[in-house]
Amino acid sequence: MEAGMVTPAPALVRFSGIQKTYDGEHLVVKNLDLDIRKGEFVTLLGPSGSGKTTTLMMLAGFEVPTHGEIYLAERPIKNVPPHKRDIGMVFQNYALFPHLTIEENVAFPLSVRKVNKAETQARVKAALRMIKMETLAQRRPGQLSGGQQQRVALARALVFNPQLVLMDEPLGALDKRLREQMQLEIKQLHETMGITVVYVTHDQSEALTMSDRIAVFNDGIVQQIDRPDALYEHPVNSFVANFVGENNVLAGTVETIEKDYCRVALAAGGSVMARAVNVSGAGASTALSVRPERIAIIPDSTSSDGPNRLPAKVQNTIYLGDHALAVLDVAGNAEFMVKLQPGAHDRLRHGESVFITFRPEDCLALDPV
Amino acid sequence: MTGMSLAGASSSTEVPLKRRLRRAERTRQVKALALVLPLLVFLLFTFAGPIAGMLWRAVDDREVRQALPQTVAALASWDGKDLPDEKAYAALAGDILAARASGTIAIAAKRLNYALNGFRTILISTARNLKAVPEPGTARETLGKINPAWRERSTWTTIKDASGPVTGFYLLAALDLTRNVDGAIAAAPPDQAIYRSVFARTFLISLSVTVLCLILGFPVAYLLATLPPGRSNLLMICVLLPFWTSLLVRTCAWIVLLQSKGVVNDSLHWLGIIDEPLRLIYNRFGVCVAMTHVLLPFMILPLYSSMKAISPAYMRAAASLGAPPLAAFLRIYVPQTLPGIGAGSLLVFILALGYYITPALVGGAADQMISYFIALYTTETANWGLASALGAVLLLATVLLALVYGKLVQGQQVTGGMKN
Repeated sequence: MEAGMVTPAPALVRFSGIQKTYDGEHLVVKNLDLDIRKGEFVTLLGPSGSGKTTTLMMLAGFEVPTHGEIYLAERPIKNVPPHKRDIGMVFQNYALFPHLTIEENVAFPLSVRKVNKAETQARVKAALRMIKMETLAQRRPGQLSGGQQQRVALARALVFNPQLVLMDEPLGALDKRLREQMQLEIKQLHETMGITVVYVTHDQSEALTMSDRIAVFNDGIVQQIDRPDALYEHPVNSFVANFVGENNVLAGTVETIEKDYCRVALAAGGSVMARAVNVSGAGASTALSVRPERIAIIPDSTSSDGPNRLPAKVQNTIYLGDHALAVLDVAGNAEFMVKLQPGAHDRLRHGESVFITFRPEDCLALDPV
Repeated sequence: MTGMSLAGASSSTEVPLKRRLRRAERTRQVKALALVLPLLVFLLFTFAGPIAGMLWRAVDDREVRQALPQTVAALASWDGKDLPDEKAYAALAGDILAARASGTIAIAAKRLNYALNGFRTILISTARNLKAVPEPGTARETLGKINPAWRERSTWTTIKDASGPVTGFYLLAALDLTRNVDGAIAAAPPDQAIYRSVFARTFLISLSVTVLCLILGFPVAYLLATLPPGRSNLLMICVLLPFWTSLLVRTCAWIVLLQSKGVVNDSLHWLGIIDEPLRLIYNRFGVCVAMTHVLLPFMILPLYSSMKAISPAYMRAAASLGAPPLAAFLRIYVPQTLPGIGAGSLLVFILALGYYITPALVGGAADQMISYFIALYTTETANWGLASALGAVLLLATVLLALVYGKLVQGQQVTGGMKN
């Protein structure tokens, strides 16, 4: 939303009033406006059925928008068939051609473009060197591991220097460690080659790791488009706050609003000060959002003088290696998570009564869930 | 170092471990064997047995040996360069008299007549005119007087060739070959040399039918594999419909459609496209049409199964990489259907090779396939040897084809048959 205001480079891709329906009754994508700048890594993030993959497929040319127009480098492409769009694509299941060798797979986009033999060889070689797989050039896709296949798919989508690269959950089939490694590799490729990437995933940590900007989809609507940190720190609504990162929700009613802040009476009693982000006015019901790492646990109510202090009961502690979580019962929310400092988890006893405190600027008053 | 110590450890425990494994697996194997035993026995009696019997009959040659035992024995040492000696003539005279008495002379005559046209007359007339065992030393003269054929070398080489117990005569005949008077393999006389052309015709018709099935079946299979489930089920029923009606009914339906006063000709005439009825049946065209119709499902089903396994993502990937639809289809889709094309073609081709009823009903004299002749020799002339030899040659050709196909498919699997 606010990203459209700062545009140093012209938009390479522009979705303009895009709507898409499959059955003529429900809109899978409702009125999408989205600009993607050259060299940007934009992730379409959202739960399944949110319209993110449909959006990608419309950009690739496999689906036709019901309404609106897509521009690629200022050129309307709604009626351009996929093979003329010059867009590289990496698929979820890799879609490497099983009857061709790795080398032939990577050479395929060049050979359909009738690139001469010497140049094809040189470019395929360079592409395979880029993914560190020169030695496996003669293998078939079935003889490679999932990670290797994904690298080949990447090389194949990049070898013809497309003006745009689309990735449809390319790491979904890999295990966690490999996925994290591949995230960094893709990010590195993006930075060194200066390519423009549109990436689809439902994994928010993947989106945060790789993207320049993230478009959060829900119900066919882009909820927010922003840098990863802005998305995390300044979610515009409860959906984004809940979908991106861990989040604690407390239900309440707005009592008073003063400038950017408001006082919220919690449904379970007590009141807190919160930043008024998405509330209509006094008397409106709201969902408060507090990140687990922005909360401190204090033994009694007197040791802190901040405005937001709530009684809590320790339910459980979860040890996760690099950090630990305390699960508390706070104001009716029995799954209230608090991130603990290293070594703090064994000081809490189950059933113990404690207090939590957080700053008003870390507590966001958003639309009710 | 680690590798060596590991190897040592495994070799010291290898024997008992293997034995334990075998013991553990034995019960399972016995159970599995017991389960497949009925099928094995059934196959042995209905499949392996008859085929072995057929192969044996193709080389079995004991009729002459049984009817003329002494002659066969006397000719054993004959070198075939000149006429045999007096002893052989005497043995033949004795054999003929004995065979006439026991009634086996006709069997020997029939067998020898296969090898030398007119031999039946020679043998039967000799048997009729030979009143008694000739005086010692006069056998050659007596027989020569009854029938001058006994003075010819070829008559005797025919008997020697047919003296068994096994012969290549039928197999050679099935390939339009024969042994000449000197025992060398030579081309059969033109009036008997029909089988090579029949084999060629059989293969040509089968090949045409296979190609027709492929051309017609490929789009249908593609449609089946890509239509939404509801409609593809309906289409599948249509594809399988021919299986629900008898072969004979289907073939006769083509006669109704294609005959000179049939539906097709009448329609064309009514539309003013033709003046004279087209000859659509009792010729090669009719055979190919009817056989293609019958065999089409055998092409469509393997094609369908191979196409069903091709993810639509491949075509999308090809398009996104810049391949126009036709190039994507030819370079990405078709190669992945090759196993299906291979399986379907082989199935249709092998089934077509053995077709008998359809060509017999809708084909002309020049469209009869090898099975027609096999049936003819089995049921009409009772020349089991030749029928079996033709069958054996057909079987050999089919097995060779299947082996070639197996090799091709194996190559495919090592290199590209895998899914990701």
